[in-house]
Amino acid sequence: MSTPVAAWSRRRAWTVRAVGIAALVSLAATVWLGIWVTPPDQVQHDLVRLVYIHPPIAWVALYLAFGIGALGSVLWLWRRTRSPFWDRLASASIEVGTVFTALTLVTGSIWGRPTWGVWWAWDARLTSTALLLVMELGYLALRRVPGDPEARARRCAVAAIIAAVDVPIVHFSVVWWRTLHQGATVLNANLSPTIHGSMAWTLLLGFVAVTLVFVWMLLVRLRIETLEQALEGAELDEALQERWAEGDTEAALASPAGVGEP
Amino acid sequence: MWRDSVLVAGKDLRIELRSRVVLNQVAPFSLVVLVLFAFTLGPSRAPMAKAAPGLFWVTVLFAAVLAVQRSVSLESSEARDGLRLSGLDPAGVFLGKAMALMAELVVLEVLLGAGVVLFYGVHVRSALDLVAACVAGTVGLAAAGTLYGALAGGLRVRETLLPFLLLPVAAPVLLAGTRAWQAALGTAAGGAGDPWLRLLCVFAAVYVALGVVIFGPILEAS
Amino acid sequence: MWPLAMAPAVLFRAAVALAGRFPALAGVDLVVAPGEVVVLEGANGAGKTSLLRACAGLLPVTQGEAVVLGCDLRRDRAGVRRLVGLLGHDATLYDDLTVAENVRFAVRAGEGGRAGRGSDADDRIAAALERLGLTGRLARTPAGRLSAGQRRRTVLASLVARRPQLWLLDEPHAAFDAEGRRVVDAVVRDAAAGGAAVVLASHEHEVSSALADRVVSMAGGRVVAQASTAPAAAVSPDDVTATATPTAVTGSGHVA
Repeated sequence: MSTPVAAWSRRRAWTVRAVGIAALVSLAATVWLGIWVTPPDQVQHDLVRLVYIHPPIAWVALYLAFGIGALGSVLWLWRRTRSPFWDRLASASIEVGTVFTALTLVTGSIWGRPTWGVWWAWDARLTSTALLLVMELGYLALRRVPGDPEARARRCAVAAIIAAVDVPIVHFSVVWWRTLHQGATVLNANLSPTIHGSMAWTLLLGFVAVTLVFVWMLLVRLRIETLEQALEGAELDEALQERWAEGDTEAALASPAGVGEP
Repeated sequence: MWRDSVLVAGKDLRIELRSRVVLNQVAPFSLVVLVLFAFTLGPSRAPMAKAAPGLFWVTVLFAAVLAVQRSVSLESSEARDGLRLSGLDPAGVFLGKAMALMAELVVLEVLLGAGVVLFYGVHVRSALDLVAACVAGTVGLAAAGTLYGALAGGLRVRETLLPFLLLPVAAPVLLAGTRAWQAALGTAAGGAGDPWLRLLCVFAAVYVALGVVIFGPILEAS
Repeated sequence: MWPLAMAPAVLFRAAVALAGRFPALAGVDLVVAPGEVVVLEGANGAGKTSLLRACAGLLPVTQGEAVVLGCDLRRDRAGVRRLVGLLGHDATLYDDLTVAENVRFAVRAGEGGRAGRGSDADDRIAAALERLGLTGRLARTPAGRLSAGQRRRTVLASLVARRPQLWLLDEPHAAFDAEGRRVVDAVVRDAAAGGAAVVLASHEHEVSSALADRVVSMAGGRVVAQASTAPAAAVSPDDVTATATPTAVTGSGHVA
């Protein structure tokens, strides 16, 4: 009735492992380049080294992780493409993304402290990221509610879409506030005037490295979800067997009582 | 869809008229909140007048959470079955409940607005702007509230989950509403209230549209 | 052989429905024709309520085949709801609205855009309230103050006024006295005579078998026995379709 727990094919296991290794290597390279090789900024001194991981983390958290989460939710809700895979993908992506969002806040805060003098400043990016974090935590809370898996998937998909719709609105409204954040220089081109030379290459490497880390974590998390759902399928088979056994016992015990002769 | 929404809105409002929960409980609660804020801001009127727009909108937000909880609790789990069984168009149900919620919130806001003017001693520069901001913001709040209310509706943890889900999403309304009111009251630090009003309208439009489209799946998930 | 002049009102074949992770229905086969009164029997937990809810489109069917009034429940659960009427364990009413208002809301909601039935609906509502003895002061009482029996009568009244094509009644005799039960029986007979299919779940053996065209016994989420009190009637899905599929119809499927 339900598919047996699929063993992870060797090829897939190795692919994921390769991604993990690549992630580790590129991250190490970024760290090495970032800390030892590139020069310190004139104004921000050594603190600028955070630029190699903070914007990538922010980008991954908001656009990649949450974007995949929203996309997966839409694809799950839309009848034609509905498949449990999208629900798993969305949930895994947002879960991993929450970690990245929290990291965005932490690295941003660390960066801001010496520059702005405070641990937390109500600037546009930080505030909208904080709101995003709370929305993601809400999604996770919804996910933890016990119950029918299909209802749960539906609820979470809807919540993700509502939040996704809100994100640009939050972003614009907070940006219209005063902002202390740097402009979008980092996200434009890697070779924009404010960052050049070896810094640009390191930044690019940073993007690649953080993205790889995210992808690896996502794949592992997806795998866990798949296993969990396969387990549920196996449990269902067991439950069906028990139900039938219970039914047969009852039928044997219950007297026909003149209703219908066998 | 419109017929269904009018039917549902009528039903919700009739129940409210009978039971008067919003009027008798939520309204006094909001007024109490206003008074408590006044305590914290000190007896002199100047800081109160300055903080008035923000306090107004925060109080509206809290009152909205309570009103949404009430709107959702009208449909107990059996009644939700009944709602689904009735064959009503889900989009109609959404619009109906949102409209009823909006009516209740508007009444609350009139009360609160009067309270703010009275207690905090603000001077109203442009009443039309105030009203416009309130209307636009309330439509958005009612829509988002109905959505999240239905989403968390059938769950046992609804009371604690709903504020957690709704408030972050409603943050833009809080922000824009406060700025719009500041402009209308003449206490704005800088900048006209127009862009904020537009933001409120965008929020409202987006969430009403979203609700109409997505309420069907939400009802199924309970 | 049963004449296939009309499509069956309910057609379930090896249907499995889950409530959370628990298989409430573990492979049900059932056919109900329009105008037929079928009584579901079985111990508590056998799946009677779940079957009724599945027919109403409230419980999702995840495996097998489930078609109610022409709607495929596996594809579109919501579409069937306007066409059926369910009297569940709890009476689904709005406590703050009166009896009459509750019935009116249910009827208006079920109309779904057929606006021309305005006055007709009012007549039907009045007739239904009268039929169920919900007149005068009782009609103006808020539903929250009613007794359990009165609440069920209100839901029944809205069913009578709505005239759905499939009636799903869960323990319709519960909370009723002898007089009330007579009224319920009369209502059921009228519904069936009017061409609606009626499926009711009951514990009370003697009373319901007098009403039934067919009695279906359930256990463990499946149909385990059927007995017909009317002559030529199809009792299993295999009779309905041409191809006799070797599905495990019932564990101990006995067909009269």
